[in-house]
Amino acid sequence: MFDAPLSALPAKPGVGYKPQHYSDISATPGPLGWLEVHAENYMGDGGRPIAQLRHLSEQFPISVHGVGLSIGGEGRLDPDHLARLKHLVGWLNPASFSEHLAWSTHDSHFLNDLLPLPYTAATVARVADHIDEVQEALGRQMLLENPSSYLAFAESDMSETDFLKAVVERTGCGLLLDVNNVFVSATNLGFTPQGYIDSFPLDKVGEIHLGGHDEDHDDHGAPLLIDSHGREVADPVWALLDYTLARSGPKPLLIEWDTDVPEWPVLAAEIARAAAALEMVPA
Amino acid sequence: MIVTQSEFTAGILDPNRPAPDGLQDGAGAPTTKRFDVYRNNVAVSLTDALVSAFPVIHKLVGDEFFRAMAGVYLRTHLPDTALMMFYGDKMPKFLRRFGPAQSLPYLPDVAQLEIAMRASYHAADAAPVSTDALGQIAPDALMAATLKLAPSVQIVQSSHPIYSLWQANMVAGAPKPTKQAENVLITRPQFDPAQHLISDADTLFLTALQEGHALGVALSKAGPGFDLGAVLGLLLRQGALTEIS
Repeated sequence: MFDAPLSALPAKPGVGYKPQHYSDISATPGPLGWLEVHAENYMGDGGRPIAQLRHLSEQFPISVHGVGLSIGGEGRLDPDHLARLKHLVGWLNPASFSEHLAWSTHDSHFLNDLLPLPYTAATVARVADHIDEVQEALGRQMLLENPSSYLAFAESDMSETDFLKAVVERTGCGLLLDVNNVFVSATNLGFTPQGYIDSFPLDKVGEIHLGGHDEDHDDHGAPLLIDSHGREVADPVWALLDYTLARSGPKPLLIEWDTDVPEWPVLAAEIARAAAALEMVPA
Repeated sequence: MIVTQSEFTAGILDPNRPAPDGLQDGAGAPTTKRFDVYRNNVAVSLTDALVSAFPVIHKLVGDEFFRAMAGVYLRTHLPDTALMMFYGDKMPKFLRRFGPAQSLPYLPDVAQLEIAMRASYHAADAAPVSTDALGQIAPDALMAATLKLAPSVQIVQSSHPIYSLWQANMVAGAPKPTKQAENVLITRPQFDPAQHLISDADTLFLTALQEGHALGVALSKAGPGFDLGAVLGLLLRQGALTEIS
């Protein structure tokens, strides 16, 4: 059970780091207050990725965001992957470590996607055991991120927010609230995003994610939003952020852009918009 | 109705299977297209990882062929770690047996060269010895000395023109490949792997060093006509020697 501060990230805008922006970030950071990296991209032995990360960590607080731990997996956590993560967190000593409420590995095969979980007591127990193992191995609290959902499980018998509260209660982990994921899931599964935020334990939130989504339609012509991280954050997601910040107070805000990554000025504009949203919030 | 991760995985990997029972939309109706989002995410993200890993193969066969081939590869060779930067290590063996690629017999070795470039890029850092380090060893001790190569050093041998094929596809203005055997030494002076065309004798010598043999042994393996000075000079200039003992 970890009962530490939720994260050491500043309540400022951050951005998902892409190597093509290495020089821009140092030259024109603007209101940028921190950087997030995907843990798996820095699990090589050396070379440019590690050298760049070491250099950036001297200028900015770093958030390490894992995409490959498969915390919701039915099988045990991969001990080799956990050891690599421990090594990275050990030398980098990042301001925060976060992972996803999802699974991605089955029978030792990594599927490279964040796959969904049924919300049941059995899943709470499994996820909590895995988070305990991670927090024990890393010697620090982690943040768990709410997923974007495209479908639901007939077997689910609790809401996502009740599920997250139960996991937090069992493990002492913090939460990473992705408001784009909330908007995507709410649209896809037909609940109100504000209602989700109202029932979310905002006092446990150590970081907020913002990203772009694509629009599609399901078998019945209903809107189906895809969490693509390949464009600007949508206006209703910015509105949901304002709604959230008005209730949570200022939080570290991350702009995520992972596919069709644009030139730095496009990201800088998103960072400026996040900074403006934070300025509206009474501290 | 419980959906296990085995069923979910099987459904993702086989587009002809129906979506598992027990998955539904927000109103409780069954759905295929929503499950297809995950199918698509898995196939596209793994295919994109292979495109990044094998830019020369991608150019040589074209995007359509590559993506179709990647679809077969990923279903028979799922990643065994979450380190996408190393995904595709079975590609040379796969290409050797992949029917539609048989008309391009050099593909497996080009894939091996691309894997070696990636391995060099991510290899551990190691401080090189100074360029005059060899001169500081007594001449009669030199043949018994062991020269340690940097972790970023890679050697790829081929009976195909892999060096020329790589250059022709990645370097503007590089000449067209001619049919010949080529061996490549990869060094990484700082962060960017560099390729050097090397002879069979060079290859025998460097492989012997890499296996930990003393300089004299490596020299005898290289055989007659081997230019020791040229190869050692290259290694020293490229920062590829990390220890002399």
